[in-house]
Amino acid sequence: MLHIINKSPFERNTLDSCLRLAMPGSAILLIEDGVYAVLAKAAHADKIIGRMDDFSFYVLGPDIAARGLGDVPMIEGIDVVDYEGFVDMVAEHDATQSWL
Amino acid sequence: MSEMNEFDEDAPEIVKRFMYVNRRAPYGTIYALECLEVVLIAAAFDQDVSVVFLDDGVCQLKKNQDTTGIGMKNFSKTFGALDDYDVEKIYVEKESLAARGLTADDLVIPVEVLAADELREVMAQQDVVISS
Repeated sequence: MLHIINKSPFERNTLDSCLRLAMPGSAILLIEDGVYAVLAKAAHADKIIGRMDDFSFYVLGPDIAARGLGDVPMIEGIDVVDYEGFVDMVAEHDATQSWL
Repeated sequence: MSEMNEFDEDAPEIVKRFMYVNRRAPYGTIYALECLEVVLIAAAFDQDVSVVFLDDGVCQLKKNQDTTGIGMKNFSKTFGALDDYDVEKIYVEKESLAARGLTADDLVIPVEVLAADELREVMAQQDVVISS
């Protein structure tokens, strides 16, 4: 399963619910305001760092650049993908769950 | 007649304290851009205007935004115009920056960083607070 998160983890509990309910082994892709979850120095960073063994994390590069986050530390081990990579991920997974 | 006072050019000008509170990240929703436009319009009315960024609102001011990849207007450059409109009271909540691992050096314009207990005092003095 590919899980897609597009809400800021500071404003909504979308990421928390996904981390609680996603089956280990799933891929989690952060897009739009969901990309604020990658901030390594943020208070919530441990939420993702602590689940690196359970999930593979991805983030959409154009949304990182738009928000000016290219020059601040990102949590290690999160793969940056572009729109083509996004499409590939959707095609490669048998199902997609968008956490709106 | 008292009801005529608003049309009397010799009547003392009433200046109210307006505060605009930004709590949303840019681009994911339209709130941030809309609020900036409202602030720039309101600045033309010679009122006492202040602008606050807290919670995800601090992300609006992050430096080095490049929106070419998402096909949206990079309005972070427009914050630099606030000074031209004599909007000089720009406050950022210290706790919101810290929660995101950011500092005032990460921001696109000079701001006054206030802790919540200081910002509370400024908020309490306002006549009108508009939140987005």
